[in-house]
Amino acid sequence: MIVTPKPVVNDPQGLTVKQGLATLGFREVEDVRVGKYIEVSLEAENMSEARERVEAMCKQLLANHVIEDFRFEIDHEGQHREGQHRR
Amino acid sequence: MKFGVVVFPGTWSDRDCGWVIDQVVGAELQYLWHKDTVLKGCDCVILPGGFAYGDYLRTGAIARFAPLMEEIGEFADRGGLVWGICNGFQILCEAGLLPGALIRNASLEFRCEWTNLTVERTDLAYTSQCAEREVIRVPISHGEGSYFAEPAALSRLEQNGQVVFRYCDAGGRVVPGANPNGSLHNIAGIINKRGNVLGMMPHPERCAEAELGGADGLKLFKSVAGNAVRVLAS
Repeated sequence: MIVTPKPVVNDPQGLTVKQGLATLGFREVEDVRVGKYIEVSLEAENMSEARERVEAMCKQLLANHVIEDFRFEIDHEGQHREGQHRR
Repeated sequence: MKFGVVVFPGTWSDRDCGWVIDQVVGAELQYLWHKDTVLKGCDCVILPGGFAYGDYLRTGAIARFAPLMEEIGEFADRGGLVWGICNGFQILCEAGLLPGALIRNASLEFRCEWTNLTVERTDLAYTSQCAEREVIRVPISHGEGSYFAEPAALSRLEQNGQVVFRYCDAGGRVVPGANPNGSLHNIAGIINKRGNVLGMMPHPERCAEAELGGADGLKLFKSVAGNAVRVLAS
């Protein structure tokens, strides 16, 4: 999951990082938003179940809807390992 | 009047609150452990400052799952007095008992300093001993005290008169220079619509005796203690 401050929320960390990058010569940087990266391993019957559960986790705890947006990606860790076994 | 002071792992202002209640005001004091499931007959429950559960994930995000929080939510629903100070305010927002959220100070600095607050509501159990528009001097001590609410929520707060304290200068003027953390509308403390759940970032328990440089905070504790009869009767 990637949790970021909403566009309407002031992000002083992002602003400070942007200034730091400008000091290093990266003046092309127009905006920086600092968020969180969260990895979760879980078991699920299928992708849609996993997606549903992860979305619920984000809504109920991992992101605060007042100040943060979230998005996520899901990898098939188990299937991937199975595939390796067959080889 | 019996005050309950909630202690989470990582709470640090519980003893300061307890001292004021017990030694300065002379009211009954009960510490409540976060794993407790009953409020032991307390009339006002204080969620004190600190770093409950290490502030992991977000400030107050984990504390809201403490067994006692469910009971505190029901107590608030029944009209009980719930008073969040600093970390306690953050917890009340995370628990949905107050609107909005507290985010990182605009300066990115942890601010530990005196602030002036204008008191905008004096009809509450918490502020009845303050005068209308009185300026009180109360210290802050936080890194994440910048109040944020979405525009619609913010205008609802203002329309309902739910802003109780605002950062101001010594003359009571609410100006950007008096805002220590970037809070929207200089908000330092808010109340729920019903008027029984208060959240504030400044620490009244740290200025309840002249020896500590100021005693304005005592007015809030005395207001609560003095309002016991009114609160119980309402």
